[in-house]
Amino acid sequence: MSATVPEPSVRHLQSYPRFLWRSLVLAFDGSWAFYLWMATLTALALVGFNAWAQQVVGGMALTGMSDHVSWGLYIANFTFLVGLAAGAVMMVIPAYLYDDHEMHDVVIIGELLAVAALVMCLAFVTVDLGRPDRFWHLIPGLGRFHWPVSMLTWDVVVLNGYLLLNLHICGYIIYTRYTGRQPDKRWYLPFVFISIVWAISIHTVTAFLYSGLGGRPFWNSAILAPRFLASAFVSGPAFVIVTLQLIRRVTGFHVGNGPIRTLFGIVRVTCLLNLFLLLAEVFTEFYTGGSHVSAARYLYFGLHGKNGLVPWIWTAITLNSVAAVLFLLPATRERLWLLDLACVMTFVGVWIEKGMGLIIPAFIPSTLHEIVEYSPSIVEWKVAVGIWALGLMTFTIALKVALPILMQRVTLQRDEGTE
Amino acid sequence: MSDAAGKRPADPARRTTLKVLGASLGAAAFARAAAPLTEWSGELSVAEFLQKHYRELTPDEMKAVLARIEEETQRKTGVAVSVSDLRPQPGVKFGYALNLSICIGCRRCAEACHQENNHDRASHNSYIRVLEMTQGSLDMEKGNATYQHPVPQPGHYYMPVQCQQCDNAPCVKVCPVEATWKEKDGVVVVDYNWCIGCRYCEAACPYHARRFNWHAPQVPAEEINPNQGYLSNRLRPKGVVEKCHFCLHRTRAGRLPACLEACPTGARVFGNLLDPNSEIRWVLQNKRVFVLKEELGTQPSFFYFFDE
Repeated sequence: MSATVPEPSVRHLQSYPRFLWRSLVLAFDGSWAFYLWMATLTALALVGFNAWAQQVVGGMALTGMSDHVSWGLYIANFTFLVGLAAGAVMMVIPAYLYDDHEMHDVVIIGELLAVAALVMCLAFVTVDLGRPDRFWHLIPGLGRFHWPVSMLTWDVVVLNGYLLLNLHICGYIIYTRYTGRQPDKRWYLPFVFISIVWAISIHTVTAFLYSGLGGRPFWNSAILAPRFLASAFVSGPAFVIVTLQLIRRVTGFHVGNGPIRTLFGIVRVTCLLNLFLLLAEVFTEFYTGGSHVSAARYLYFGLHGKNGLVPWIWTAITLNSVAAVLFLLPATRERLWLLDLACVMTFVGVWIEKGMGLIIPAFIPSTLHEIVEYSPSIVEWKVAVGIWALGLMTFTIALKVALPILMQRVTLQRDEGTE
Repeated sequence: MSDAAGKRPADPARRTTLKVLGASLGAAAFARAAAPLTEWSGELSVAEFLQKHYRELTPDEMKAVLARIEEETQRKTGVAVSVSDLRPQPGVKFGYALNLSICIGCRRCAEACHQENNHDRASHNSYIRVLEMTQGSLDMEKGNATYQHPVPQPGHYYMPVQCQQCDNAPCVKVCPVEATWKEKDGVVVVDYNWCIGCRYCEAACPYHARRFNWHAPQVPAEEINPNQGYLSNRLRPKGVVEKCHFCLHRTRAGRLPACLEACPTGARVFGNLLDPNSEIRWVLQNKRVFVLKEELGTQPSFFYFFDE
């Protein structure tokens, strides 16, 4: 970070390392409850790491995937988590485009959530690689980056770009608050506006990854990108609504009712929109009929006696529909627990719909119309849980560092004073 | 975050001890969790890790790579193999045609592929799947690839499907690292030493032509075909994608694909599409030829036809 005036740059050389060191201390120092939480997550993450190590050594044969269903739980979670990362923008838009001051105070929580979700995304893609040792082939300049033709290279660009954008915005805001200065708008506001467009792009590109494949009729639909965005704007706000209340309760960080009300207003609409887009998709599939509908038939009703995904998708539709009704009930406006219940329901609902309900059926029946079913193996479940634990650890540590600094409990002045 | 252990005044020394203990336990658990990876790093060679993309290798580097693969195969299986790197011949573009009127669905082509290309024995892998189709329909939905009965069955015809070597190949388009590409003679190939195993190509292929090595393929030493090609039938590593390559280690040397030689009815026609006097050109000009899933615009180099 350079500065126009030479004097402060000298200060940065001392205060920035001090800030990093203080962040490290904040990340690893806390209450017994904090240690218990982190120890549990660490244990789960290690179980996942061990399962992945076994998979690397023993081969992907340890997963439930096959040449017929060649993507499974990992890519399902990846797709959902790209949505979660993009969904956080629903806090950024009110805060910066509509000047919602209360939202502005808590918007960083959404940006940190995006960071954690992206860490999980990158982890899920990595564990899905048959040759993680050749990861460097993907690095532009070093390997052979098939850009702009391969949509996967676009995804690499937008996901890492979004990660850097959010790291910069959060890092800059937290650092300036630590040093007690006013953040310079020139250093973060342009990036905030870029990040809004970028958030839309990460989920659009991820949808294009699938919708561009002519051989997979289930994905080959123009509605996929809009559906992805609609569901992202359900899962993101739903997660944040619950998280904001938890933060308020556990940390003493001030979270007004305003942001929760705003996000509630958003999710109430997006949940219905998501269901509507699903309906539009289902109508087109089934009214048209023909062999194009085979995958949808397998998903919703089973095909030739095979019905492995039917319980999944109807669970998702039930959860999303009940949540949509709950969001509309006047009682939910008075009782936060009802709102939280609806949020948890639709979060799980979207996780199924975007994951198992979207990735797997595209492979069933296969391109030669064979029906081979898929269910995740124990190794896949362990790895998936481990990555979720890693993501929650990232999110916890990010909040653990950010909140005391934002609350001015930890400042450079105070740290220098106590020395 | 507020400190919950507020009831008892914290003893800093005890706290530090506990922290150090916790950190050591964590480190030990991490080492234990990562233990399987040490076994894996043992089987990876530095030369393989740093190997450049096929099309960036100089002739000398290629020679070294081929020697290394031969040496590794010898060490692991005890079999002396020769791994060649035959390049496309000028003026040649391979095409394949299959006569559905006389194919009897015996799957000898699939078996020949299995042997020729050093496929994993346990999974009985092959680049060819034969569909038993219902007379009067070209709908694969009414086909069956797992039939287990004498053939041919009345009321059915048989359609072997393998890589269609598309001119507009979706698999080539989607590969994020250019590990798969179309050669000058029309064959879509994979550099097994460059593929990262993301399986995007497997999702993109409309013909189920691609296979992934879910584990390292196992072939008994006495059954290994020692005539191997770098881009074709050499023993594949685990975790990479493979596919039909028109037996390029044979066809680029003027021989025919193994699946054609094995066909008992002569249903298969292979040749140079650029040679006006070739048999394949005669078929394309005189038979009612079609390609699979033409509506997808993949432009296959693989054709099907009926006699009458």
